[in-house]
Amino acid sequence: MRRVVITGAGTINALGKSVKTTLEAMREGRCGISDLEFQDVERLSIRIGGQIKGLVPEERFNRQQMALYDRFTQFTLIAAREAITQSGLEFHGELAAKAGIILGNSGGGMTTLDENYRSVYEVGKNRVHPFVVPKLMNNAAASHVSMEFNLMGPSFTVSTACASSNHAMSQAFQMIHGGLTPVMVTGGSESMLCFGGVKAWEGLRVMSKDACRPFCASRNGMVQGEGAGVFVFEELEHAKKRGADILVEVAGFAMSSDASDIVMPSKHGAARAVRGALKDARLSPEDVGYINAHGTGTAANDKTESAVVADVFGAHADNLMISSTKSMHGHLIGGTGAVELLACIMALRDGIIAPTIGYREPDPECALYVVPNEAREAFVDVALSNAFAFGGMNSVLALKRFT
Amino acid sequence: MDIQERVIKIIAEQAVLEPSDVSLESSLDDLGIDSLGLVESIFAIEEVFEISVPFNANEPNENDFDISSVASIIGGIEKLIEEQRK
Repeated sequence: MRRVVITGAGTINALGKSVKTTLEAMREGRCGISDLEFQDVERLSIRIGGQIKGLVPEERFNRQQMALYDRFTQFTLIAAREAITQSGLEFHGELAAKAGIILGNSGGGMTTLDENYRSVYEVGKNRVHPFVVPKLMNNAAASHVSMEFNLMGPSFTVSTACASSNHAMSQAFQMIHGGLTPVMVTGGSESMLCFGGVKAWEGLRVMSKDACRPFCASRNGMVQGEGAGVFVFEELEHAKKRGADILVEVAGFAMSSDASDIVMPSKHGAARAVRGALKDARLSPEDVGYINAHGTGTAANDKTESAVVADVFGAHADNLMISSTKSMHGHLIGGTGAVELLACIMALRDGIIAPTIGYREPDPECALYVVPNEAREAFVDVALSNAFAFGGMNSVLALKRFT
Repeated sequence: MDIQERVIKIIAEQAVLEPSDVSLESSLDDLGIDSLGLVESIFAIEEVFEISVPFNANEPNENDFDISSVASIIGGIEKLIEEQRK
């Protein structure tokens, strides 16, 4: 089986509009969560989020593109441009025919839906812009990246709520691993920060009004984020042959389904995914130095995830570091695994572990070392990235330092 | 601005041209307007003139609304305005 490495990374999220600025913010433990700014926000009870501020899309996209790109597509293209530029790849001939794009996304063009529902229901207009459908469809972002970079291989969008990105990246990994293609562009994006999007989440009553404090005894819910993370996955020999800068190795993955509840996580399902990823990567639990937690800041997730880690890692659970960067960038739902993979890359490549910020007091039910409030330096060989979605669909990726 | 000027402005914007570069004889093809550009132009025309244009993108050349040239589009709009404003 072929080995898979990452040769390009790109992002835009509440912490930064590039990988460099995002990692700087994670190192400094900066919080990207702020007051939401959009129409009708005063009618919400939840008014904070990891919203991207100061983006002027007109500076990056022409008029025709602006007419066709929802925010989640804009985010994806910004991240994809950065990742593909870093990889140094250009897609022509056989490579273009084989390389594709697999992205995670949950809500599609929710801003587009929101604006157009407002227009027909509230304003009473009977005519909508002809691009509403091509803007809001979940695969729009993947399609536009494929067009901009000439990616003509297997391309699609995966939708498994909060695990979408990890499922997408697992698929991309598997395709290269199995020899189907030497290169895949993968990751995920989300943009639910509009009135209807946040209102829907409000209904579930799991949202915090003040901050996302994963694993902390005082945690009171999740905070939404938005943005994208995109990576270039490449077959090791292909990358070596062209002298590419290799960021990390993707060593394995696993997926599992709880088959139990539409919102409550299951310890068994999640543990099977973590164990499965280790087995797939031929690693033992003791090899793992860092886990980027799903860590949503809800009572249910953090308690269950802590139990999973204790269960899978046994005594080694006390030696490893686990942090949730959602405390800084919020929960990007279908894009979250992609942005969080950056924290794993930073741990493996730079030896810096991103913190769980907003941490105040230990919770006996989350008795793990969560790298509270401040980043720390540590030498890490193996990192895991957890994603446990609503609907009980789990996906865990295992990454290795590349030497 | 009369109807002709307003239509030419919409078409020029869609084609990313100056209005002076849009002649009455040009077809949308000549101006580089593709099928998506066409439905977007029709949307803009409906919004600006507050009319409903009978146009089905499945059969762009078989509609009552003649889109073979800028002049025919203007003619069609004038007719629709007259019919629909009664």
